[in-house]
Amino acid sequence: MANVTLKNIKKSFGATHVIHGIDAEIKDGEFIVIVGPSGCGKSTLLRMVAGLETITSGDIFIGDERANEKEPMDRDIAMVFQNYALYPHMSVRQNMGYGLKIAKLPKSEIDAKVQDAAKLLQIEPLLERKPRQLSGGQRQRVAMGRAIVREPSVFLFDEPLSNLDAKLRVQMRLEIRELQEKLGITTLYVTHDQVEAMTMADRMIVMNGGIAEQIGTPLDVYEKPQTLFAAQFIGSPAMNIFDAHIEGGQVKIKDLPIGPAQSRDGPVKLGIRPEHLVKTSDAALNASIQMSEPLGANTLLHGKLTRFDNIAITASLPGVHLLETKSFHIGFAVEPANIHLFDPETGRRLPV
Amino acid sequence: MEQRSGMVEKRGMGLWLTHGFMITGVLIIFFPIWLAFVASTVTQPEIVSPPMPLLPGSHFWDNYKTALVSGVNVPVATMLMNSLIMAIGIAVGKIIISLLSAFAIVYFRFPGRTIFFWMIFLTLMLPVEVRILPTFEVVAGFGMLNSYSGLIFPLIASATATFLFRQFFLTIPDELAEAARVDGAQPMRFFIDIVLPMSRTNIAALFVILFIYGWNQYLWPLLITTDPEMNTIVMGIKQMFPSGDDVAEWPVIMATSILAMIPPVIVVVSMQKLFVRGLVDSEK
Repeated sequence: MANVTLKNIKKSFGATHVIHGIDAEIKDGEFIVIVGPSGCGKSTLLRMVAGLETITSGDIFIGDERANEKEPMDRDIAMVFQNYALYPHMSVRQNMGYGLKIAKLPKSEIDAKVQDAAKLLQIEPLLERKPRQLSGGQRQRVAMGRAIVREPSVFLFDEPLSNLDAKLRVQMRLEIRELQEKLGITTLYVTHDQVEAMTMADRMIVMNGGIAEQIGTPLDVYEKPQTLFAAQFIGSPAMNIFDAHIEGGQVKIKDLPIGPAQSRDGPVKLGIRPEHLVKTSDAALNASIQMSEPLGANTLLHGKLTRFDNIAITASLPGVHLLETKSFHIGFAVEPANIHLFDPETGRRLPV
Repeated sequence: MEQRSGMVEKRGMGLWLTHGFMITGVLIIFFPIWLAFVASTVTQPEIVSPPMPLLPGSHFWDNYKTALVSGVNVPVATMLMNSLIMAIGIAVGKIIISLLSAFAIVYFRFPGRTIFFWMIFLTLMLPVEVRILPTFEVVAGFGMLNSYSGLIFPLIASATATFLFRQFFLTIPDELAEAARVDGAQPMRFFIDIVLPMSRTNIAALFVILFIYGWNQYLWPLLITTDPEMNTIVMGIKQMFPSGDDVAEWPVIMATSILAMIPPVIVVVSMQKLFVRGLVDSEK
């Protein structure tokens, strides 16, 4: 059990700066998801916490101790790797007990701990098998078992579900979350999948280009994205962004008023989530729809705003909407409470 | 239907043909060995009087007993033992050294790492014969002539094996090394617990190749062993030929040749399964 504190963490490989200074306070027992696109530095950040990468500058505290120079094994962490990294020549039992064997625990104690972890993960029947005789989901469980038996203060997960099929991913997502709650171990979980981030995190760190765009609870990030990047990255389908401007307390796209705004006059980026667009008959945002993707419960409509230089727009409407004719037009409106405004220069959120 | 029976007939013909060629090939290769075997079972006068016999005689036990117990200069049993020590020493030594150097080159970042690798790699191009004179000087200077260490040590470093192990280690995922680090394994622990067991098929394959390499050494033992007691069998066969007008004891020499073939055959046959696995698949 431990807090993890990151203080102005930076990393460069030679002249390439990968991480530009990240601060985060992670509370004991918290489930933190680090989410971002490929190459944003999220895995590097995790590996620095693990001690597999050196820290160029800044400090990492695990518990109350500075951990910058500690070897991975002295940090009281356990890590689950993307490809599981199970030792191919060892049985599941040996794989799970290897760390304890190195720590020179008595054999009876190792056996007991492995047995407990196996029971928790329901992999008892697999204990004598070799990794190659296991399915993807089972390997994933064994990799978690190997982390659990060591009873670490911090769990580190590096995209652990990316090699599983969609259905298993949903199931493992729930299991990991459930397990973490049961054990109450501080967890850092790296993923590029925003659904995992939304569903699993107590708080998430949205990373882009080596900086933390936003740190907050999933709903916080969804409802009040602090930057343009966070707004577009979290939420599926992605938020619609329009070039707009504020004029006399009103946000307008060209001359069409969308809602009230408090910021001073000037250009802004206007963000509207696809699910916040509603169908209306008074042709406010009039779109010509090119494509319809019925998902059953709702339908994704992709189209262009005909009045505004054919800007692309995506809407998610409840129910089924099929394209009846080639040129299918639909009018959209949005509640003023559901609009997001961003500074076009800095990408920072502006008050609505 | 006709079409199909035609095809079966054709395939039957092809089968016979390929088998015919194969059997002919095997016979051609096997014939000299057969002759050596026949010669090792007859008496000296039977060999020298033409035509040469093509069927085994009745002196099998006599000839082999003579060869093993007394030989010509030295009992063949002694030479077999010398060869065995040398071949195993070379094979095991080469494997240990190249495993360790490949491990260093792949897993450690030290100054001059690539230079060392290329230096090792360059020596691949220098066969024993090229460096045989300086090597002889060194061995003689250390007083290792006529000794097992003199037979083994100059041949114990292997660039080929280092290179092969390096290539294999590079295919072991980095995550495995990192997992071991998180588990608390020091580098040598990782080497012994993870890398060695994973390389066991490669080790077996190399052992077979290197054992035969060591067993078949001819020039080097010929140079440094002047004492017949230290002769290895491959060079010892040559030493059995008489100089001058003495009569060559063909049955004994041939028995020795056949005996010299047996240990490599045993090694290959007994390790064949591992050997093929080591060359074909990599278990990851």
